[in-house]
Amino acid sequence: MTALLELEDVHARYGPVKALHGVSLAVGEGEIVAVLGANGAGKTTTLRAISNTVRREGSIRFAGKPLRGGPETAARLGIAHVPDGRGTFAELTVWENLRLGGYTRRGNLKSEFDRVRTYFPWLEDRRDQQAGTLSGGEQQMLALARAFMQRPHLLLLDEPSLGLAPLLVTEVFRIVRELNENEGMTVLVVEQNAHIALQLASTAYVLEVGAVALSGPSGELARHESVRRSYLGY
Amino acid sequence: MVALARKLDLRDRRLGGGVSLPVLAGIVAACVFLVIGCLTSSIFAQQTVAGLSQGVIYSSLALALVLIYRATEVINFAQGEMAMATTYIAYQLTLWGLSYWAAFFLTLAIAFVFGVVVQVTVIRPIQQSVIAVVIVTIGLFLLIDGLVTWKFGADLKFMAAPFGNSVYHVGTVTFARQDLGTLVVTVVSVVLLWLLFQYTKLGLAMRAAALRPAAAALVGVRVRWMLAIGWGLAAVLGAVAGLMTEPTTFLQPTMMQAVLLYAFAAAVLGGLESPVGAVVGGLAIGIFLNLVGQYVGFATSELRLPIAFAVLLGVLLLKPTGLFGRKTARRV
Repeated sequence: MTALLELEDVHARYGPVKALHGVSLAVGEGEIVAVLGANGAGKTTTLRAISNTVRREGSIRFAGKPLRGGPETAARLGIAHVPDGRGTFAELTVWENLRLGGYTRRGNLKSEFDRVRTYFPWLEDRRDQQAGTLSGGEQQMLALARAFMQRPHLLLLDEPSLGLAPLLVTEVFRIVRELNENEGMTVLVVEQNAHIALQLASTAYVLEVGAVALSGPSGELARHESVRRSYLGY
Repeated sequence: MVALARKLDLRDRRLGGGVSLPVLAGIVAACVFLVIGCLTSSIFAQQTVAGLSQGVIYSSLALALVLIYRATEVINFAQGEMAMATTYIAYQLTLWGLSYWAAFFLTLAIAFVFGVVVQVTVIRPIQQSVIAVVIVTIGLFLLIDGLVTWKFGADLKFMAAPFGNSVYHVGTVTFARQDLGTLVVTVVSVVLLWLLFQYTKLGLAMRAAALRPAAAALVGVRVRWMLAIGWGLAAVLGAVAGLMTEPTTFLQPTMMQAVLLYAFAAAVLGGLESPVGAVVGGLAIGIFLNLVGQYVGFATSELRLPIAFAVLLGVLLLKPTGLFGRKTARRV
């Protein structure tokens, strides 16, 4: 399996505060990889390092090439980052949010929107509604739909379960799996909900204080003594 | 998911946008008052139209201020002087033999480049600090004022009247062609700008960059360029305001200073975050000042600026968010 994304010894800092102390991980083409960890372990920072919205050092390679430039460049190369807080433009309409998702794509977005509609049929009725008036679950769906409009090679998902009712979490993860299986979208998902993340991902990494503490196939990790105690709670 | 979506009702909840009911009622009442006034008195009608044509100029400069304020939360104190400088450029172009309208459109293009260059060279390097940007715009004010005076002198210059000096008669009311022309040109440019923001990909990206720069960058919007283009468009609006002011004040380095103050009052009255507010505020200030000048005995033209300032102060004291603004809870 060729690695679509490779992080090697990545460090990141917020001002004087170091958040990552040498993270290395690899995401294979077509794979779903989960990054687990407690609050402050560096999960979000890892995603930010990839889209270059935090000061970083170390090697990050995407599709075989070093990843340089700001977040716009990452987006243009085919990395869709759904940040914490979902990055929804609350003041804009649903349709405008989707159009922004397709910002890096040339030409008519009609065919993109048709594809998005097969996964999120309810969006059609809400096209002209302000995105900020959607419920939390709908906003998370909209964030996914917006990322999908970008037709990315790699989807970076930051805590998609945050603030959602359990039923909606299941729904969100079902759609992520569908996008991965039907559209071949590679996914790197950061999650506190280790249980559902390990079900979804084939490979997982556990971060502790800014470094990888454990990694391996999800099934193995799920059986791992310390993961079970710390993250799965049984 | 469909079922889920159907269960949640489709109330048309809007986020803050738009007008509160009392404000809307007030605006409707003011319009009714103006219409009745215009129908009963020809002087009233004449003053209202003249006020409208001055008001749209305030509107367009106020809109330029709002454009930049929304994107960067900074007031560009040099907006008026930039407008004045571009008007001088149009004047120079006509001296070189261009017709008025050729000079007009070429000036708009030059103004756009001017705005972009100012943002990239002077504003961008210091944009992290709001106070630094404000101070730099005040510096720009002085710099542009000085350079124009140095190059062209402080004495009055005259351009050809773009709309001629004829007047129209409707019943007993006389309208200056100049006023109507100003109205049309300014309204058209504001509408074009609105269409750009509302219906084009560039406009959408600019709105996104202003609302949430970080999220906009993540979808691939080049936020820095959007800010620069915003300054360019603001300078274009300013150029329109300058060129439409020139027939009444003629060319002089101080021509836009009073207009800038009226535009401040207009922007604050409408709510600094609201483009619609800037337009309505400008029209309201223009008409209000003209009617007060006509019907309030002691309010001579010397009191025009103080009255506008009183409006500004009153709004800040009574309703700091303006007519169309909304209270925003900012995360710190």
